[in-house]
Amino acid sequence: MTAPTTTSAADEGDLLAHFDALIAAGETIEPRDWMPDGYRRMLVRQIAQHAHSEIIGMQPEGAWLTRAPSLHRKSVLIAKVQDEAGHGLYLYSAAETLGVDRADLLDALHRGQQRASATFNHPALTWADTGAIAWLTDGAAVINQAPLCRTSYGPYARAMRRVCQEEAFHVRQGYDLMRALCEGTPEQKAMAQDAVDRWWLPAVALMFGPPDTEAGGADVRTAALGAQVSRRAMAWGVKRHTNDELRQRFVDSCVPQAERLGLVLPDPAIRWNEERGHYDFTPVDWDTYRRALGEDTHWARQRIAHRRAAHEDGAWVREAASAYAATASAYAAATHAASAYAPAEDAPRGDDA
Amino acid sequence: MSITSDAPAARPHPLPGGPPAADPDLARHLLRLGDDALVLGQRLCQWITRAPTIDEDLALSNIALDLIGHARALLTRAGRLDGTGRTEDDLAYGRTDREFTNVLLTELPNGDFAVTVARQLVYSHYAVLYYGSLAHCPDPDLAGFGARAAKEVAYHRLHADRWTVTLGRGTEESARRMRDGLERVWPYTAELFEEDEGLRRLAASGRVPSPAPLRETWLGRVTEVVTRAGLTVPGPAWSATGGRAGLHTEEFGPLIAELQSVRRQFPGGTW
Repeated sequence: MTAPTTTSAADEGDLLAHFDALIAAGETIEPRDWMPDGYRRMLVRQIAQHAHSEIIGMQPEGAWLTRAPSLHRKSVLIAKVQDEAGHGLYLYSAAETLGVDRADLLDALHRGQQRASATFNHPALTWADTGAIAWLTDGAAVINQAPLCRTSYGPYARAMRRVCQEEAFHVRQGYDLMRALCEGTPEQKAMAQDAVDRWWLPAVALMFGPPDTEAGGADVRTAALGAQVSRRAMAWGVKRHTNDELRQRFVDSCVPQAERLGLVLPDPAIRWNEERGHYDFTPVDWDTYRRALGEDTHWARQRIAHRRAAHEDGAWVREAASAYAATASAYAAATHAASAYAPAEDAPRGDDA
Repeated sequence: MSITSDAPAARPHPLPGGPPAADPDLARHLLRLGDDALVLGQRLCQWITRAPTIDEDLALSNIALDLIGHARALLTRAGRLDGTGRTEDDLAYGRTDREFTNVLLTELPNGDFAVTVARQLVYSHYAVLYYGSLAHCPDPDLAGFGARAAKEVAYHRLHADRWTVTLGRGTEESARRMRDGLERVWPYTAELFEEDEGLRRLAASGRVPSPAPLRETWLGRVTEVVTRAGLTVPGPAWSATGGRAGLHTEEFGPLIAELQSVRRQFPGGTW
């Protein structure tokens, strides 16, 4: 999985040159290829965060499964939450090609050593929140993740292609849910507006990561710092665009959709800028970003506590499965049959800080 | 980006069909089956994000999705046949607790994972048999539904079989929990095979089969799995009944209140 430890400096220079040449030629890096440690660490961190975000992201919507107001919406929401579980598994598998273990990654999440997207440090208070999350948060994820379908690490790029297809579906479902509310009673429409008021900032700020250009609202020093991280990720072909560039793309796609719905995005600075050919909006500066993070709040703690409780409550089940697998050869056949039944893996999201 | 359509994941079974005509016996029967699927699906939704592994979150949500699909098809047809023209949502969200006619088994609280596996085991073996027999009834829509649903619940059965054996033969603790789970659900299984006058009429005229004759086959199959798990099927005890008549457990009220809460908060809403 990694370069032999005896590699000499000269050899490493050759390997690095080969790696750089592959990146420059737009070839993908595959698990057996040599790669710089920094590249591997960046990927593990980013893929794990995506995977964790899928798993934690199941919670705010999952809480509404039992209350969905029609059987059609209930089916759609079950399928979506199920997709998120599938995306999580798919991304953990991609991370495993880099020599880490899924169980270790989950432990790191449970211990707070790795994080999920801070977007889900916010509560889903009403039914409309499930629509706002799907429309805005997943909409941001699609824009953020579409370029990752061409990211330089092969297994990640292939995972993201599957993920993005399904995410685009979720966005349409979210929009459709919001449209139904907006065409409903005044109370329903008010519920939709309230959800957008609360989910806009988490989407526009957190789904894209901190500001990384001066134009995006960072002051000179932090912009330089953010830009440095982004530059390195871009040089390695992990990232293709700056956070602020993708953020602009998101705003440009959302504003007309909100207008069609008759909903107001909670940013008075939003207006079309003829000269730039983009919508202006309040820049996401570091203060705004930090405020949106919601770190160490009730919900940030609650998401992890919920995850840990599920994991701990299920420990005896996992122990039983291991014990049985160790003693019964028949288990292989049974597992094979059961996995044939498990649905196709599916879609993530995440901030690409 | 242009945004309009719904997900195909949400497509219900194509059961709805046939002319809207009052057929109280069949309507009542399909309503019961639909309520079974709806209430069990609702219970499984409570597991999602709480399962022992993420793979199980995925498996249980897949099963829940199938069950809600069955409920939608059955309730839609029931609403057409009972002469009221009620939709699937009218029936799911517009009735009171006492008007639901699911068996008590489906509404039992989830308990630990073993209780849920035990409930899935007894229900899915029953459902495979009953939907399989529906596949041979003369009504082509109902037969088509039965065939498709039987195929889906066969996967649910496989899932339950596998976990029953895994837990039964896993650790001392898991075997104890699996045994407790079976004992918890066992008294509620007889109700699955109950028949009343209306169902006897339907069966006698050959329109819809009764589940009663399937009980022996069901017992044989469940016993085979439980034996493979190194456990024994619980002995004869009291049998619960009442669900078909709308007499539910005390835990049922909160389940239905939760199911209907959003819709009831927004009277006249469209979803």
